[in-house]
Amino acid sequence: MPQRTDLIYEYDGSLEGMYSCIFESFEKKELPMEIRPEGISQTSLYPVKYISTDLIRAERVKTGIRRKISRSVQQLTELVYYTCHPEKEMLALRFVQLGMRCGAGVETMYADETVHALTRAVKHLTQESHQLKGFVRFSIREGIMTSVIEPKNFVLPLLEPHFCDRYAQETFLIYDKTHQSALFYRPGQSIIAPVPEYEQPEADDQEMKYRSLWKAFYQTIAISSRYNPRCRMSHMQKRYWSHLVEMDESIPTRWEAGQAKKKLCQSGMEDCNEKTT
Amino acid sequence: MDLFDKLTILADSAKYDAACTSSGIDRGSSPGKIGNAVACGICHSFAADGRCISLLKVLLSNSCMYDCQYCVNRRSNDTPRATFTPRELADLTMQFYRRNYIEGLFLSSGILKNPDYTCEKMIETLRILREEYGFAGYIHAKAIPGADSALILRLGQLADRMSVNIELPSQKSLALLAPDKSKTAILRPMGLITGKIQQTQTEMVRYRHVPRFAPAGQSTQMIVGATADTDYRILTLSEALYKKYGLRRVFYSAYVPVSDNPLLPALQTKPPLLREHRLYQADWLLRYYGFSAREILDEEHQSLHPYLDPKCNWAINHMDLFPVEVNRASREMLLRVPGIGVNSVNRILAARRHSALDFAALKKIGVVLKRAQYFILCRGKAAEGVSITPDSVLRALVSERSRQMAFSGQYEQMSLWQEQITREDVVQCLSGQI
Repeated sequence: MPQRTDLIYEYDGSLEGMYSCIFESFEKKELPMEIRPEGISQTSLYPVKYISTDLIRAERVKTGIRRKISRSVQQLTELVYYTCHPEKEMLALRFVQLGMRCGAGVETMYADETVHALTRAVKHLTQESHQLKGFVRFSIREGIMTSVIEPKNFVLPLLEPHFCDRYAQETFLIYDKTHQSALFYRPGQSIIAPVPEYEQPEADDQEMKYRSLWKAFYQTIAISSRYNPRCRMSHMQKRYWSHLVEMDESIPTRWEAGQAKKKLCQSGMEDCNEKTT
Repeated sequence: MDLFDKLTILADSAKYDAACTSSGIDRGSSPGKIGNAVACGICHSFAADGRCISLLKVLLSNSCMYDCQYCVNRRSNDTPRATFTPRELADLTMQFYRRNYIEGLFLSSGILKNPDYTCEKMIETLRILREEYGFAGYIHAKAIPGADSALILRLGQLADRMSVNIELPSQKSLALLAPDKSKTAILRPMGLITGKIQQTQTEMVRYRHVPRFAPAGQSTQMIVGATADTDYRILTLSEALYKKYGLRRVFYSAYVPVSDNPLLPALQTKPPLLREHRLYQADWLLRYYGFSAREILDEEHQSLHPYLDPKCNWAINHMDLFPVEVNRASREMLLRVPGIGVNSVNRILAARRHSALDFAALKKIGVVLKRAQYFILCRGKAAEGVSITPDSVLRALVSERSRQMAFSGQYEQMSLWQEQITREDVVQCLSGQI
C-alpha cells in the first residue's frame, strides 16, 4: 500500500510522462499529493519532485495495466489523459491503483468516488468529440479542407479515425485553438502536431457561395411556429457557434448575396470582397 | 431560377417531414469513395426550432399532382414551385458533404406527372451520387406510393434507409383529407420493403455478395392533431408497425396548420407540441422499456396525460408493485421505475455486483432521484424524509415545467384557462379533489 506523502510530482505533460509518474509512484510506494505538468509556475510550500519521461517505463506501465487489469481499463487511463479535468493525472493514478487491487471490474464500480469522477471526465470528452464530429466546418480552398475548433478537451485523437476514414482521399487540417495543435491528413498519412498559431485562409467565391447556400438552407428548414431557442442551445451550446458557418452573421443571406452579385457587376471585385468578408 | 431559390423553396417544402436521422448503419470507407456512416448517427446542426439537422432534407420537386389537404405542396395551394435536376442536387450534396455540413441526403418528392416518373428521377439522383461520385455517406429515400415495385426495389439498393409515410392514423381520416391516397397504397410499398429487407438478411447468411437493401431499415411518419384520432389509436398502430413491419422508427409530427380547409384545425391553432412530446415518450417505452401499448393506454383512457409522462402515469396507477429494492430487482422491473433509464439500469446491474448501492451511489450512476425516490428502496430503506403516499408522489411528479407547458397559452391545451394555475390546483385536480 503506497504511503501518502506531501510530495508534488511534476512531469513534461506528455502521455508517456504521466505513465512514468504512475511508475514512480508504484516503485517508491508513495502517493503524491498532486501531479502537475511543468510550466505552471505555482509556488507551493511542498517539495516538488520532477519525474523525467522514460519511454521504457511508460511502456511497462501500459502493458502492465493491460495484462493485470484489462485492455479497456488501459484505454480509459489513456482517455482520461485527454480530458480537461484539472486533476486528471491523480485520477488516472488512483484508478490504476484501484484496478490493481480489484481487477477488471474496476470500471463498473460507479459508486466509487474515483471511478465516478473518471467516468464523468471521460464522458465529457467522448461527448464533446461526438458533437464535434458534426460541428466541424471545413472551408475548401485549392482542394485543401481546413477547419478550426475550440474544444474544452483534447479531442483531436478521437476525431482522427473518424475524419481520416470519412475523407480518405482528401487533404485536410483541423486546428484546435484551445490546445494549439492541429491534425493534418493526406491520403494514407495523418499526424497530430503542436502548432502555435494558425489563421484560416480567406474564403474564395466558390466557398462563399456554398456557405451562403448552407446558411439559406439552415434558416429555411426551421419551422417558425415551433421556434424553440432553448432547445437549440441545449443541443448546440453557444461556445460552438463562433466556428459554425450557419451562425456567422457576416455571411450574406440569400437577399444580400443577390445584392453582392449586383455590386460585383457594377464596380468590380474589391467592393464585393469588402461586403462579404 | 437559380440554385438559391430552388434550395429555399424545396427545403421549405420538406421541413414538415420529421425524420432527419442518420442512424442505423456502420459503414467504413472503401477505396476510391468518399464518406462513411456511423450507427449512432451524427447531428450536424440544430435549427432554430431545436430540431436536429443531420441530412440535407429537400424535395426533388414540390410540384405535386395530389391534393392532400394537410400538405403545403397540395395541387390547389398557391405556392412557388421548383424542381432540382438530378445532377444539380447530387453536386450540392457533395459540396455540403465535403464541408462536413451534413451527414448525407434525405430525398423525398412531390408527385411529378406520375409516381413512376418521380421515382425514376430520384433513382437517377442517387445513382449519380453513389456510382459517379462514389458517395458512401447516408441516404434516406422516401418510397413513392403507387410507383412500380421494381423502381422501389432499385431505390432501396441505393439508399440506406427507406420510408413510406402513413400520414394519418386511420383509413377514415385518409379518405377525408387525402382522397388520392389509400391505406393499401401506403401499406403495399411498406410491406414490399419489409419483405425485401428480410430476404436480404437471410441471403446474407448464405451467400457472400448480396446486394444490400436499405441496410438502415425502414421508418414512417404520422401527423398528430390534424384529425380526431386518439393517442391510443396512434400507439396501437405504432406498436403493430414495429412488430409486423419491423420498422426502426415511427415519427410523430405535430400538425402545423397550412390550410384553411374547414375539415382541418384553424390556421391560428398552435401545433400540439406537448401531445407530440408525450407520444414520443410513449414510443420510447414501447421500443426500449418493454411496455405494450395496452399498458400505457386502454379503451377507457384514450389520451396520454398532459401533466405526467407516460411512465410516471403507469407507475402511479400500479403503486402496488412499488417500492422495489434496487439491489435485488430484475432488469425488467428496474426499467419500469420512473427516473431510471436504460443506461442507468445497465450501470446499476454492473455496479451492484461490487457492493450494495445506496442513494448517493444511485445519484452518481445518473438516476433521477427526484422521481425515482418514491418508487425504490436501497438496502431495504426508503430515501430520507420521503413519504410514499399517492398524494405526495403526485405532488412531486407534476413538474413545474410540464405544468407551464400545459397551461401557457403557447400550446393548444387548456388555452381557455387564462388565470394563473398553481401546482396545488393541478394536484387536487389529478387526485380528484376538485
